[in-house]
Amino acid sequence: MKNIRFLILGIFFAIVLSKTQAISWYRFYEMFKFQSFHMFGIIGGAVVISAVFMQLFKSGKIKDINGNKIAPTPKKKGFISTLLGGTFFGLGWGISGACAAPIFVILGFKLIPALILLFGALLGAFIYGLLSKKLPN
Amino acid sequence: MDFILQPWPWYIGGPLIAISLLLYFYFGKNFGASTNFDTLCTMAGAGKVSDYFKKDWKERDFALLFVVGLIIGGFISAWYLIPNPAIDLNPTTVKELTDLGFLNVGNQYFPDEIFGEEAFSSIKGFLILIVSGILIGFGTRYAGGCTSGHAITGLSSLQFPSLLAVIGFFIGGIIATWFIIPMLF
Repeated sequence: MKNIRFLILGIFFAIVLSKTQAISWYRFYEMFKFQSFHMFGIIGGAVVISAVFMQLFKSGKIKDINGNKIAPTPKKKGFISTLLGGTFFGLGWGISGACAAPIFVILGFKLIPALILLFGALLGAFIYGLLSKKLPN
Repeated sequence: MDFILQPWPWYIGGPLIAISLLLYFYFGKNFGASTNFDTLCTMAGAGKVSDYFKKDWKERDFALLFVVGLIIGGFISAWYLIPNPAIDLNPTTVKELTDLGFLNVGNQYFPDEIFGEEAFSSIKGFLILIVSGILIGFGTRYAGGCTSGHAITGLSSLQFPSLLAVIGFFIGGIIATWFIIPMLF
């Protein structure tokens, strides 16, 4: 049951996103219209501090719980896939105000709309799986 | 206790998200959320239709527990931790949305025009949510990550594909909020 720690981390992460309003439709609308600093501050702050952690992982100053070196999995390369895939995701994010993790958090706030979003997301992932070999990278 | 119930400012959010990422990596796994869409498809039996989903979902039990945690955390927050859901929005944002016909802008986290019962039970409202969901699921898998995996993990570890993905997120998000939302409402 050592994975219980991920359950607790999930609860923590959901509370952080909820309390900082980083699941609110309005906050993402504001962000994409450049009308508020709030979300830029949150994401920018998270990136900058994470970058410091990444350097500590890289230099081996922070190791994982088993004493292994921490190295993030390299992202798949592909100009079209990342840019085009990112744009599709951005469209869905901009309209619904939900990205991946928040969909699960929003279940607690707005159950049925979040279930519709989640069902759509699974359908979208399924469509990608069917087409993955045919799509340009 | 008062602090817990107040909205948390942005400068608390960034560090706490970074700490979540740190713990996720410290526990020995790669931080991200959208791979779970694949895992849930696999659990639902998508492997019968496509080899892409022929994976052992039990290897991702940790991530599924993280997702269960997200759901529990959402309920805890919604029920106990947010007595006042008002969002301190830019007055320009409030005026813009009000002009589009949105009511009670910023008085709660989610607008009734998209998340309210009347909205999602209409054909238009249902389509808005389901199509957004499809774009989110398809887009994150095609791009190889979402806000957690690309914008935070990828950018902070200086991965070039993540920069491209985040540029894509903003192209899509800007088209959605500047052009599509005004057409829909």
